[in-house]
Amino acid sequence: MATVEFILNGVPTRCETAPDTSILTLLRDTLGYKGTKEGCASGDCGACTVAIRDTPQAAFATLNACITPAHQLQGRHLVTVEGLESEQDLHPAQQAMIECHGSQCGFCTPGIVMSLFTLHREASRGAPFTSETLEEALGGNLCRCTGYRPIRDAALSMQGSHWSSPPWFETSLELAALDEPQAFDPALPFYARPTTLDELIALRSRHPDARLVAGATDLWLETTQQLRPLEQLIDVTRVTDLQRVEPAHFQSRQGFWVGSAVTYTALEPLLQRHYPGFAHLLTRLGSRQIRNRGTLGGNIANASPIGDTPPVLLALDAWVELAGPDATRTMALEHFFLDYRKTALARDEIISRIFLPALEEHASLRVWKLSKRREDDISAVLGAFHYTLENGVLAQVRLGFGGMAATPRRAAAAEAALEGQPLSKASFQAAQQALSADFQPMDDVRGGRAYRELAAANLLERLYVTLTTPDQEVMLHAYAH
Amino acid sequence: MRTLTRLDAESRHARRELDRQITGDGPLARHTVDSDGRRQAGASSHHESARKHVTGKAAYIDDLQAPADALHLALGLSPVAHGRLARLDLEAVRRAPGVVDVITFTDVPGHTDIGPVFPGDPIFVDEAISYAGQCLFAVAATSYTAARQAVELAEIDIDELPARLDPVAAIEHDERVRPSHVQERGDWQQCLEEASNVIEGALFVGGQEHLYLEGQACLVLPTEDEGVVVYTSNQHPSETQKLVAEVLGIPFHSVTVEVRRMGGGFGGKETQASPWACIAAIVARRTGRAARLRLPRSVDMRVTGKRHPFHNRYRLAIDGEGVIQGGEITLIGDCGYSPDLSDAIVDRAMFHADNAYCLNAARVTGHRARTHTASNTAFRGFGGPQGMMIIEAAMDDIARRIGEDPLTVRKRNLYRPGFDTTHYGQKVDQTALLHTLIDTLERDSDYWARRDEIQRYNAHSPILRKGLALTPVKFGISFTAQHLNQAGALLHVYTDGSVMINHGGTEMGQGLHTKICQVVARELGLDLEDVRISATRTDKVPNTSPTAASSGADLNGMAARDAAIRLRERLFDFAAGHFEGGLEREGMRLEDGILVAGLGESEYRLPWGELVQTAYLNRISLSEKGFYATPLIHYDRATGQGRPFYYYAFGAAVSEVTVDTLTGEYRLDRVDILHDVGDSLNPAIDIGQIEGGFIQAMGWLTSEELKWDERGVLVSNSAATYKIPTFGDTPPIFNVALMEGHPNSMASLYRSKAVGEPPFMLGISVWSALRDALASLDDYRTSPSLDAPATPERVMLAAQALRTKAL
Repeated sequence: MATVEFILNGVPTRCETAPDTSILTLLRDTLGYKGTKEGCASGDCGACTVAIRDTPQAAFATLNACITPAHQLQGRHLVTVEGLESEQDLHPAQQAMIECHGSQCGFCTPGIVMSLFTLHREASRGAPFTSETLEEALGGNLCRCTGYRPIRDAALSMQGSHWSSPPWFETSLELAALDEPQAFDPALPFYARPTTLDELIALRSRHPDARLVAGATDLWLETTQQLRPLEQLIDVTRVTDLQRVEPAHFQSRQGFWVGSAVTYTALEPLLQRHYPGFAHLLTRLGSRQIRNRGTLGGNIANASPIGDTPPVLLALDAWVELAGPDATRTMALEHFFLDYRKTALARDEIISRIFLPALEEHASLRVWKLSKRREDDISAVLGAFHYTLENGVLAQVRLGFGGMAATPRRAAAAEAALEGQPLSKASFQAAQQALSADFQPMDDVRGGRAYRELAAANLLERLYVTLTTPDQEVMLHAYAH
Repeated sequence: MRTLTRLDAESRHARRELDRQITGDGPLARHTVDSDGRRQAGASSHHESARKHVTGKAAYIDDLQAPADALHLALGLSPVAHGRLARLDLEAVRRAPGVVDVITFTDVPGHTDIGPVFPGDPIFVDEAISYAGQCLFAVAATSYTAARQAVELAEIDIDELPARLDPVAAIEHDERVRPSHVQERGDWQQCLEEASNVIEGALFVGGQEHLYLEGQACLVLPTEDEGVVVYTSNQHPSETQKLVAEVLGIPFHSVTVEVRRMGGGFGGKETQASPWACIAAIVARRTGRAARLRLPRSVDMRVTGKRHPFHNRYRLAIDGEGVIQGGEITLIGDCGYSPDLSDAIVDRAMFHADNAYCLNAARVTGHRARTHTASNTAFRGFGGPQGMMIIEAAMDDIARRIGEDPLTVRKRNLYRPGFDTTHYGQKVDQTALLHTLIDTLERDSDYWARRDEIQRYNAHSPILRKGLALTPVKFGISFTAQHLNQAGALLHVYTDGSVMINHGGTEMGQGLHTKICQVVARELGLDLEDVRISATRTDKVPNTSPTAASSGADLNGMAARDAAIRLRERLFDFAAGHFEGGLEREGMRLEDGILVAGLGESEYRLPWGELVQTAYLNRISLSEKGFYATPLIHYDRATGQGRPFYYYAFGAAVSEVTVDTLTGEYRLDRVDILHDVGDSLNPAIDIGQIEGGFIQAMGWLTSEELKWDERGVLVSNSAATYKIPTFGDTPPIFNVALMEGHPNSMASLYRSKAVGEPPFMLGISVWSALRDALASLDDYRTSPSLDAPATPERVMLAAQALRTKAL
């Protein structure tokens, strides 16, 4: 057991709980807050959505309580559906949901209300909602009854309404006071929250069996789905060095160092500015709740063959920085993935930063993800295409694919077929044929082998068409750019 | 733009006129909307629990408080689809921390078969294992996690046998859960022999996971006698009562089942909520402690049955205009390992293999295949959607064959005067409504202008292709098991004038309780706030039917109305005799919370509360029960003919899609729906059912794909691998309107029509529109083969096949 102190709907709260307790379990079983529901316990349905803010100045952000460690609440302010109703007044989100007939069975409703609550905070800062903002905010909340139209109406109708927030809401609670570094007790089980890189590396080398936890969006499924206890946890999210995004020059290339614990949400501004294709992919990676927690470092360390960012990073020729007790080393990401879920990370190392090279002149990055459902789904196939096009000739071609092999991988043969070639049907056909030398994908729940093979080839076809007939509308805007 | 029922003076008058022309009882639902918008039947009242939903105060099973020593249960499941249980060693499970009890087949005190209609569902495996996920044992422990972790310690040896997963092969080998059934009318063979034009096709239609957001859950408390009280998320409390009693070997009156609300049901909690209550009840009786059982999502998805996958075939004779002359349709339902409700489900698929079209001389055959998967069960539409898919596929195929627009072919084949009898002998009496509805939608959705626009677009767009489809729905309303078409209600008036109504229906989000309260408020002239439903309980209203077959409001609303009218008439009789000088019985009425008798000068007004108190003091009963049984319906299985449905509900939808034919990705751009609910009991709730049903069906036919591995283990067993529609899948333009001016032709509750299932099948238009978009790749000469669900994978492979063909 370990102590966690946080503010719950304005009330300072202190609990003793096991390191692998989720926020949802803490709320429902320990604190008796039953308004937050469990629908899937895997972060896929959003029924357990709650909102959290790290500092009194920060915006509230949604998360899936079912797969977020309770110990990440330390020093934070948590708002649940119970916190939104004061006396007899409802939050505009709640009022709008009633008026628009937005609930039927009502089980997903508290989660939807919480997503609307954070959306309402955004609205109070100005911009009216677009269909994109609404999808961004609500794509992670499944409703099996309504078909979402009344929920959409509720979101739109609450925009202008003012919320007379309860007194506790805007007050600057002394959150920092709660966030004193705890004396670290190495006795099992533990949940360690180092705040400096040195501390983290020291902990890591002392406890090589401990699990590193950042967003927990995948790790936590081990407890909720596989019932595996997590007794040694080292939380990397409070290490400030891992939170930075900074322009840099590395190996004679311009680019950006991105801390491994930078969340997808925090990464959005950089990607929107410098890698728009990558930025659009993020809107289809998990849900708002997942993007608020999941990190770039986590996606890499996880080494799933169907993770969304690794193919893009491979196409970009990203590098990783690995920090250990004795040395810090860097390596190209393509050398990092060794085999199915096996990486070059040593037992006493952590991924500290990722270097994203800037796009050079004449260079383009296209990222296309195929999945059964557009929002909040895992890739069946993901293709990332990075190349320069100068005077009608393709060069520096790097093609990253997910879902095609045991690891995220470059399509070396297809790259070779295009490198230095003019934009021609023949060179693309050669590249498409070369894909069969690059990949022998498998059949699984997300798609069959024949589909994956044809899909990868057709993405190359799409690239060819977009390059040769740029005015032709060749893809659905909501899926791809 | 959505159209809610509005009443101006003119339409009010027209409605009254119409009302007079129709024999039957009661005014129309909309006549009860007062000018001040008082919320009685016919008004768009909010869901009775809406405020509790949005504040998190609505309690579901896992939110209920239980005694501190309550036990948590977890299930041990077979990892194998077919085999014999050779050894089950649970010693380590029993010794695990927190474990209090472990039960298996031999610990069941009473019945061990809990098949709901036919036997075939053992509560635990004795020896034979019939699907991966079948229940071997249950563990009761002091916490949810302890119980689940203990389950993992079981040592299980199974002699595995090959799993039969193909329903078509199953029928070839005569592996059926129930005998096949045939409906036959006219000389269809001659028709096929003599026809100049015969068209045939085959279609696989996938199943569907319910994915109710609240998983299966119950809480069972032992009572001081030999019984239990069961709190359960459940569409059929009476059946659970029966099964729990039988499993425990005690009389039914020792078991009380209560359902306040479900976090979604959709058919998945009709028969398949009972096993968990039975298991928890055994533990509660053995230990004397409260027992909770809720299924983790992946367990829920593995152990419970789904919508039946179907393999369908048709062979039809058509004339040069594409009008069906006759033919045959064969449906093979994949029932899983046991009968469950499959007999009625495959029947309903057969009853709907015609959808809204006259088949003329036809034979429809329905097979019930036994496979080694979970026992497939009720799901909104109950086989109807799967049956309809084959005839809608045929309509598109005919259109491509004769080179006409699919809508033209559909309209030519609609039931029409002279061609208005189904293959099972029931006459379709509202054909005019069907034609008006489709004509109206065709016009209001600008079908033909959009058709032209789409053809222009497609001609200049090599990769993105648009598709458009209008598909109708005709859905039969009534349980096809005749005895289920009955309902009861219990009405109490307390001395402060507040009213409690209980009835046999359960609330799963569909707004049934809201509608029932509206009915009672209307009949007693009260505000909606004065009427409340506590919960559905077997000790309030006994021997109830499941809340299923869209019948909830039709049956229970009539029963509640019956109780309210009886009580009202008793109060009128009392009032007429009691007050000094006597009140005029004729014309006495309850309105706005006042008893009104007489007219003009002699008008007498007595507030409801005063009336109730006076009646109480004079020893007049303030409690009443109501009952209803649907008239007219019958069906003879021996001949395959009859009138199984009291009436039909109609609707139609137009869907427009854009397909990326390179990747198989697609978008639903616009949907227009016109749907027939007779005279709406609550337009907002009805529109909610229509929209929700439509999107649920869209998911069924697009992104929701069930997959098993070659050994029969479900691999799409989580919300991560099974994808239901999400927010962005709802079309940006979604116009839903209720058909106005066509009250039910039968004397249903205020001339309303059932709305739970019929709109589901409007979603077929999305699938048909996808086929339309694909057909453009071969200039509409080929009808694309596109099994359901039409995942991006299937759409891409279909596009590839068409491109290759066109080359």
